[in-house]
Amino acid sequence: MTNTRESLIQVRDLRKNFGSLQVLKGITEEIDRGEVVSIIGPSGSGKSTFLRCLNLLEVPSGGQVIFEGVDITDKKVDIDKHRQKIGMVFQHFNVFPHLTVLQNITITPCLEKKLSKAEAEAKADRLLKMVGLTDKKHEYPRKLSGGQKQRLAIIRALAMEPDVMLFDEPTSALDPEMVKEVLDVIRELADEGMTCVIVTHEMGFARQISHRVLFMDDGIIQEKGTPEEVFEHPRNPRTIEFLSKVL
Amino acid sequence: MGEIIDIAIRYRSIFLEGTIGTLQLAAITVFFGMLLGAVVAFMHMSKFKPLSWLAGLYVEVLRGTPLLVQLYIFYMFVPEMSPWIKSLDLPVYFYIVLSLVINSSAYVSEVIRAGIQAVDKGQREAAKSLGMSDFNTMVRIILPQAIKNILPALCNEFIMMIKETSLASTFYVNELMRTRMILQSTYFLSWQPLFVIAFIYFVLTFVLSKGVKLLEKRLSVSD
Repeated sequence: MTNTRESLIQVRDLRKNFGSLQVLKGITEEIDRGEVVSIIGPSGSGKSTFLRCLNLLEVPSGGQVIFEGVDITDKKVDIDKHRQKIGMVFQHFNVFPHLTVLQNITITPCLEKKLSKAEAEAKADRLLKMVGLTDKKHEYPRKLSGGQKQRLAIIRALAMEPDVMLFDEPTSALDPEMVKEVLDVIRELADEGMTCVIVTHEMGFARQISHRVLFMDDGIIQEKGTPEEVFEHPRNPRTIEFLSKVL
Repeated sequence: MGEIIDIAIRYRSIFLEGTIGTLQLAAITVFFGMLLGAVVAFMHMSKFKPLSWLAGLYVEVLRGTPLLVQLYIFYMFVPEMSPWIKSLDLPVYFYIVLSLVINSSAYVSEVIRAGIQAVDKGQREAAKSLGMSDFNTMVRIILPQAIKNILPALCNEFIMMIKETSLASTFYVNELMRTRMILQSTYFLSWQPLFVIAFIYFVLTFVLSKGVKLLEKRLSVSD
């Protein structure tokens, strides 16, 4: 991280209701450029919903999400344009089954950034090489393992050259032997200075990779701090209880 | 039995003409029904509530009333609806086809809607998270996957229509069922043609159904 802090995402009093159920009960948080932030917490705590509010896949019921100085919850902003700068990786990969590996990567840059096919493919080649999928380039996703699909999903998002990557439980749907290959890619990104927000159940990984850890429960951030603070010296009784169950 | 086969052979050109009429009618109906059905389906899925509600009502009314009643309305009432429509002096065939198309569009719109909604919602989310526009998400990501669900159901709609169009004979439209009236009035054959007609309908629908099964298998292989 650089010495001068530059705020990338500011969340102000974020609220989200599903019907009468309050899932997010007012979250205020700031994420700096280059920061790696992990969000941990029990299921149903609202951590995935929080992440999905950051690119407005869930429309907040109240509050603001300010990304690079723009309030993207404002109905007047062209959200598609801002989403191009916010990559997201899903638990269930969501790769496009009707497109080849290469097309999965190139389709959005070609359509939305008007990149030429050659430019998009050259960039895709570099990304494929980075995650070791070059030989799968012309395959369809059904021929890939879960780990390979997730690596594809990551570089598909990277092809848009985002300023931040959101990971929504990126290894939860993977067979255990494939978890490492995906975490290694995320680690590499973090090391290169990519801003990452990661919702995860991989406590060891969160501890190693994060600059900061947020513990969420019951729709609010209960505790936050460096991995050391949260994992070694938790103060909130809920954090203590949660960590005693998972560690 | 011999008598029926005899008649089938003797009047084969009449039966053939009727069969072609039926296939034509079903094809035209499903083709335009598909275009109109697509419009209705997108209206139905619209976030603009009045539009969605209107499309829902359209579908419910058309599916909830007998086709024969609808045909009568389009045969008797619609051509007389206004002096302008009356002055167009369009043939009965037009109004019958129009009625069939509208009826079919209600069913087809549900087929299209179901096909689109059956696509995993993660696909839409992934496309949107990449910053893809709504239009591109629909055309490049959702529809190509929905086609697999839609195509076999659309073929089944065509098969249904082959049978449904027999009602058009009531209004003297040339199709397979109409051959019975022709053969009765010209050659005084009352029941024999019915079995020939039934047989032709059955062969058409049976063969096409098998074809759809094959198509479904083909499409699912690429999953």
